[in-house]
Amino acid sequence: MANFKYDLFNKMIEEFALNEVKPYAAEVDEKEEFPYYTVEKMAKLGLMGIIVPKQYGGMGGDYKMYIKAVEELAKYCATTSVILSAHESLCVAPIMEYGTEEQKQKYLPKLASGEWLGAFGLTEPNAGTDANNQTTVAVPNENGDYVLNGSKIFITNAGPAHVYFITAVVGRNPKGVECASFIVESDMPGFSVGKKEKKMGIRGSSTCELIFQNCVVPAGNLVGKPGEGFKLAMKALDGGRIGIAAQALGIAEGALRETIAYTKERKQFKRSISAFQNTQFVLADLKTKIEAARGLVEKAVDAKQAKSRDISLYAAMAKLFCAETAMEVTTKAVQLHGGYGYTREYPVERMMRDAKITEIYEGTSEVQRMVISGVILK
Amino acid sequence: MKIAVCIKQVPKTTEIRIDPVTNTLIRDGIPSIINPDDKSALEVALRIKEQTGAEIHVVCMGPGQAEIALREALAMGADEAYLVTDRAFAGSDTLATSTIIADALKYVGFDYIIAGRQAIDGDTAQVGPQIAEHLGIPQITYCADFNYDKQNNVFKVKRQLEDRYQILSVAGPALFTVLSSSITPRYMNVADIIAQDDKELHILTYADLQCNTEHIGLKGSPTKVKSTFTKQYNSDKQLVDTTPEEAARIIAELLKAKHII
Amino acid sequence: MKKRILVFCEQRDGEIANVSLELLGIATQLASTSNQEVCAMIGGYNISNLPKTLVEYGADIVYIADDKNLEHYLTEQYAQAISHIIKTCAPNIVLFPATSIGRDLAPRLSARLHTGLTADCTKLEVDEEGSLFMTRPAFGGNLFATIICPNHKPQMSTVRPGVMQKNQPDSNRKGEVIDVKVPFDGTKFAVKLVEEKIEKSTEPPIEGAKILVSVGRGMEKNIDQVREFADRIGGVVGCSRAVVDGGILPQCKQVGQTGKTVRPQLYLALGISGAVQHLAGMSDSEFIVAINKDKEATIFGIAQLGVVGDASAILPHLIKQIEMMK
Repeated sequence: MANFKYDLFNKMIEEFALNEVKPYAAEVDEKEEFPYYTVEKMAKLGLMGIIVPKQYGGMGGDYKMYIKAVEELAKYCATTSVILSAHESLCVAPIMEYGTEEQKQKYLPKLASGEWLGAFGLTEPNAGTDANNQTTVAVPNENGDYVLNGSKIFITNAGPAHVYFITAVVGRNPKGVECASFIVESDMPGFSVGKKEKKMGIRGSSTCELIFQNCVVPAGNLVGKPGEGFKLAMKALDGGRIGIAAQALGIAEGALRETIAYTKERKQFKRSISAFQNTQFVLADLKTKIEAARGLVEKAVDAKQAKSRDISLYAAMAKLFCAETAMEVTTKAVQLHGGYGYTREYPVERMMRDAKITEIYEGTSEVQRMVISGVILK
Repeated sequence: MKIAVCIKQVPKTTEIRIDPVTNTLIRDGIPSIINPDDKSALEVALRIKEQTGAEIHVVCMGPGQAEIALREALAMGADEAYLVTDRAFAGSDTLATSTIIADALKYVGFDYIIAGRQAIDGDTAQVGPQIAEHLGIPQITYCADFNYDKQNNVFKVKRQLEDRYQILSVAGPALFTVLSSSITPRYMNVADIIAQDDKELHILTYADLQCNTEHIGLKGSPTKVKSTFTKQYNSDKQLVDTTPEEAARIIAELLKAKHII
Repeated sequence: MKKRILVFCEQRDGEIANVSLELLGIATQLASTSNQEVCAMIGGYNISNLPKTLVEYGADIVYIADDKNLEHYLTEQYAQAISHIIKTCAPNIVLFPATSIGRDLAPRLSARLHTGLTADCTKLEVDEEGSLFMTRPAFGGNLFATIICPNHKPQMSTVRPGVMQKNQPDSNRKGEVIDVKVPFDGTKFAVKLVEEKIEKSTEPPIEGAKILVSVGRGMEKNIDQVREFADRIGGVVGCSRAVVDGGILPQCKQVGQTGKTVRPQLYLALGISGAVQHLAGMSDSEFIVAINKDKEATIFGIAQLGVVGDASAILPHLIKQIEMMK
């Protein structure tokens, strides 16, 4: 069998990001507007359902392609890349991996086609990584359906999304809470989207609160067994972290590319600033770190595709290293741009603001270190 | 309806540079692409496919490496791909090339043929009309817009000339050549990118086509390249790097010296 | 009998295209070095007044096909007329303009007559035997090739407009005019003309401009400023391909391999990096001034005066300076 799909996919996504995403990146940030039009275009090309098997209306692609897509989009627009990542890693993937046949048939085709956008709800005002503080509860009613009450915060794609992969408390045991995962649709009674956050970066991405007020979710929308919810959420996050690692990698690459171009053009003391050794050495270090980061992303993707038990470890290391690399690269990119870098004339200040979130969401860098040390000290 | 689309793989000539020392073309590392006009031709065909369910068969003459160009065409939505390749075809000029491709098109079969206006490596715009003549079918070149009238099975196309346009109608078989500036090709899509790996590439060689040996290859080419050279530009020049005010003054004085102001 | 050079002269709405006269100019030069005759052919409807002009510009013999079938340009009608004339005239060389009509027609005929054709030539030479050496750019103007057609007759080429020089018209010049009755085969006329519409451009043409102010991608945003500047120095605004692709200026303003070839007295390149495709269309300008931010820009390799800097910052100063000098 021929094997051209990766080459062709890479070419397609590079062209798409350059021509369809880059021109709008500054505006998306400036206006803090969700780029519906771009998402529509992505959907048309099949990007919203890369990893979904064909039998569920997907493209039958794999994680390697999907991760490449996140990276390429992030080179120009971190907002656009996180929309894809949250949709595909945190909503599509867990339904695909843990959903029942009925759930897959009901949700995957419309998620894969992009008709429905997906989101994921775990974080609460008092429960980030600390699961035992979860307060959103799901209680069975007389019909066997579940009634959800509580709220979630900082939910990416909230608002534009139709399908939410929600973690809620279904019981308690001596060790703490027991959770379950639910597929919640935005038009279910008692569900609403609350306050929209005003953020430092990824400003076109819609980040909101989710409110459940006696929200009735059919029994058929329970994913996995009651008590497995936290485990499923963590597994989804393993995949999600590779997405965020790729996003951070893309941001770093984008910032480096801008900086190389700028330092070649900008002159000080009658020389291009790229002719100064300080510039050269900084750029050399940044490039080296970016390539090291790429190596970790590739390893994590391999672990994911091989369904390896090391996935948590590699996803955490990839996310940790890529996020910190992105922060370092973008900070130095702004520095090398000097005063211009601090203005919105140039994209590097936006990239620096965007990079910061990669050290925070889907587990802060500190959480990644906990995961990594937890594995190696076991 | 069966539409044959002719494409060519070309070096991205916009990235070709001349080595200032040896004065030769630097071709290493220059990516190969589907010729832009040909990609627009494929786009036209794919739009007609969406409208009519036509089958799109893409034909490319070139070496084995041109497979990727055909694969890209499949990934955009074409149905079948044919690589026309043989050592006997090497050295063909436009007339010999058109003879081979016309034979390939007869082999593939078609109701309509759509090709790009011209290739960016040769810029001749000759092969399309020459194919049409070999096949004895009408041609409409420089097409900027297409309308298919399903009821009458007729194409109405807009032919763009320098100072005017023509609306022309034709019933198949016919050959069209397409201007890339007016028709933006689509991107490849994920489903077709994945599906193309399962598709077989049809290889058409001299043995399949049985071309007239007198009319193909180096021997069958009426035109010969006598010599090639790169252009040497003048060395009598001045380069200034100064403040905008000073630069403006230098240019203004030059304009004055040349009696322009 | 002398060998013959036959020129396909294009007319539109009864007006002879400039490039036709340029072709007669080069044909005259070629004919004089190789002792050949210059023949012109012209097709159309109600065009009996045109052969005189062609003679004045250098044709020794004019073949005219004045026929309703040729009223509008249609490939098959014209191909039949011209192949008939070529059979009658038996030329050694046939030249076509590299216009959208010439480049539609010439390859069709080359296949019909089974002879070679060289596209878009920028230089033509001939030896004493009448063998034609046709030079043309390839690879986007990066490479030039000289092509010959040794064993097939006629030798045919299309010639780029704006490159060859016209002769001075001579109203006393005498030539023979041959009225051709083409035996048309109407069964082959498969393409029907539904409508033809002339599109008049409001922008002054860049061909023939003495001063051309040409802008690249780097100056797109400052197009109004550029127009103002061009007006002040009596220049016409042109551009690189990127500006056309960006929708800022129409295609008729594009200089280069896929646009127009120009040779103004002064060519001001503002924010044009100088891709070879662009250089191919303007490198014969008499004097080239280039402003570009990148000191490595290829345009500086060909400009007599190169200025490293931001054209949008320099232009306001330049406009001021010009005011002061006036």
